[in-house]
Amino acid sequence: MTTFITKKVLNLNKFINHVYNSSKRLSSHFIYHPDNEKPVEGNTTKMNMMQAINNAMDITLKNDPTAVLFGEDVGFGGVFRCALGLQEKYGRDRVFNTPLCEQGIAGFGIGMATAGATAIAEIQFADYIFPAFDQLVNEAAKYRYRSGGQFSCGALTVRSPCGAVGHGALYHSQSPEAFFAHAPGIKIVVPRGAITAKGLLLSCIQDRDPCLFLEPKILYRSATEEVPVDSYTLPIGKAQILREGDAATLVAWGTQVHVLLEVSQLAREQLGVRCEVIDLMSIAPWDAETVCNSVKKTGRLLIAHEAPLTSGFGAEIAATVQEECFLHLEAPVARVAGWDAPFPHVFEPFYLPDKWRCLEALAQLVKY
Amino acid sequence: MALKSSVSLFRLNRIKQAIRLVSTKSNPELSHNAEFPGAKAPYVSEIKFLNEFSYDPIPIYRVIDNNGEVIDPREEPKIDNETLVNMYKTMTQLNQMDKILYESQRQGRISFYMTNYGEEGIHVGSAAALSLTDLVFAQYREVGVFLFRGMTITELVNQCYGNHEDPGKGRQMPVHYGSKQRNIVTLSSPLATQMPQAVGAAYAFKRTPDNDRCVVCYFGDGAASEGDAHAAFNFAGTLECPVIMICRNNGYAIATPTREQYRGDGIASRGPAFGLNTVRVDGTDPLAVYNVVQRARTLAVKNKPVLIEAMSYRVGHHSTSDDSSAYRPVEEIKQWMQEHNPIHKFRLYLERKGLWDNEAENTYTKDIRNFVVRTMQDAEKKKKPHWKEMLEDVYYDMPPNLQKQTQQMEKHLKKYKEHYPMDQYLSD
Repeated sequence: MTTFITKKVLNLNKFINHVYNSSKRLSSHFIYHPDNEKPVEGNTTKMNMMQAINNAMDITLKNDPTAVLFGEDVGFGGVFRCALGLQEKYGRDRVFNTPLCEQGIAGFGIGMATAGATAIAEIQFADYIFPAFDQLVNEAAKYRYRSGGQFSCGALTVRSPCGAVGHGALYHSQSPEAFFAHAPGIKIVVPRGAITAKGLLLSCIQDRDPCLFLEPKILYRSATEEVPVDSYTLPIGKAQILREGDAATLVAWGTQVHVLLEVSQLAREQLGVRCEVIDLMSIAPWDAETVCNSVKKTGRLLIAHEAPLTSGFGAEIAATVQEECFLHLEAPVARVAGWDAPFPHVFEPFYLPDKWRCLEALAQLVKY
Repeated sequence: MALKSSVSLFRLNRIKQAIRLVSTKSNPELSHNAEFPGAKAPYVSEIKFLNEFSYDPIPIYRVIDNNGEVIDPREEPKIDNETLVNMYKTMTQLNQMDKILYESQRQGRISFYMTNYGEEGIHVGSAAALSLTDLVFAQYREVGVFLFRGMTITELVNQCYGNHEDPGKGRQMPVHYGSKQRNIVTLSSPLATQMPQAVGAAYAFKRTPDNDRCVVCYFGDGAASEGDAHAAFNFAGTLECPVIMICRNNGYAIATPTREQYRGDGIASRGPAFGLNTVRVDGTDPLAVYNVVQRARTLAVKNKPVLIEAMSYRVGHHSTSDDSSAYRPVEEIKQWMQEHNPIHKFRLYLERKGLWDNEAENTYTKDIRNFVVRTMQDAEKKKKPHWKEMLEDVYYDMPPNLQKQTQQMEKHLKKYKEHYPMDQYLSD
């Protein structure tokens, strides 16, 4: 009888371990650090990032009669539920499905914006934005410039889920921001949670330049915060200092901000140093001033992003910082990024610039 | 044998029908159409592949013949004399401007040019049938549309020279015109990108209260092979946009003949497949183009998208960077220039109506030629925009990186100005 119970317990343990291990494989590689500060006064309500994005679009559709929301499967609420309930509320002519064609979605959105409407286009995954690359880089980004300011598609915002999700492999994990950062004329914004998502998305929609709004999809449900109920905006092109420190500056955006927040905690416990953590928030135009001022103070810089290392946006930051802060740098700028390989399926835990890789790079940086 | 079996089948069907009548359940195999969500179509028991020979070619609508004679009087459009003459003058203006600017490129006075020879009829026929509030998206060989809508030769020439009077501020290559005032969206070089944009603009129009505007989008037979063309047709159809897509099928995309561009019945045959109201027209006949576009417009403003394929022949070289005799016989060009010349045909029509004659022709042609030459001389003398315009309008507001780069260039020019053509540009 005892042996039977022991056996049963052992089996149960095995099962629990199995579940734990599989969940470890699929679980996120970060701990979410919610924002505690309210960006504006007024009532707040608990929202995850998906709900905050939905709320931003709801506010836009309510206040701007020209605004429309479209993309693949947007009508029923979108595959990530960001458009949930909006078609019922605002009608099929304002929230609608398009044919499955990314170049068409981008081109259609540019045309709408050119004709004076507010266009919010959704590309289902950032991995599938490349068919629209020509429309975004050659057309959207250059519209105002080439017409001498006669025409522009500034009222266009392209939203797209990006980044690692645990098991997305090659085509449900990419972070394509650096491809677009090389195209003058387009703004690129990445939120780190619910509060920033709402404020930055409303800024993108109201901004007079075409914006690419990349939403780290792993945060859709995990990022829950007390989000202001009213409309508010956060400035595009401005970074935020989330932790003050003097030993090194850590820069990231999107999900990776949470990795670095944990790294700064680990650094305090294990290395006994205080790091300054900066969320860049805007990739283009990016806030070189905030980053450089921080590096002038700390003398050390670590940049981390999920996208591959070579020609990733970290390279641009590193080059600018070495130019602006040469006399202040105590160590070479460190970049911890995805490896220069396609984003893999079963190897994701080894591919991502996780807290251990960042911590080790930081340890090297501090003792350099 | 076949008859016999069909008789027995007929009997069997009668029995089946009788059974169905007494049965409470209907037999799906007897329903006329299959129930697949993707298509409304009947079943058949015979395999039949369809290809380009399965249908008759789409016919080409025309109003006048090559001698300018109206073929069917009922089809002659009621256009007032003033407009008719204006259409002709626009074609002539364009033709003279093309000749002189083409030559000026050969002399190295402008960097690039593209003529409109042979396609002038599509331009004026369509432009005359549109409202000036309709928004035009074009490819690059539609200058007659711009002239008819009121763009002046002076504006066009300024753009080609990129001087400070060019509203585009000298940033784009010659022939990349645009005019906010005339509802002509600035052209860009990437082919077919304007097509889904036109559809999006049309959707924005559709949503404005009491909309009476439509969007017109021009493109060539080569551009129709781009993915964006497919996107545009499909979006226009599914989203029911007030848009008229006008294909200029002139037989060539640079050196590629249509035989190597597609194997179906031209571009028009694709229209019905996307749910577009489609028609093919003789593009060398301005009156036929007028009729077709006018009819298309009444459909489009009711959110019924239209595809028009205007057949023509590219008489000139593709551009000043191209010698078309390298890939097509000179006799072919000559034949089209003589027999199907849209300007010539339209002139014969006007002469029959007593609206034009040799004297008017000589005077007008001479005047225009002189005007173009004078305009060019003026445009040439005008300074180019201030170099700082190079970094303006990238964004609505200039971001810090561009402010910094402006300062860098300013500093650089202070030191090295003798190595730059400063005197040709406006200065502070």
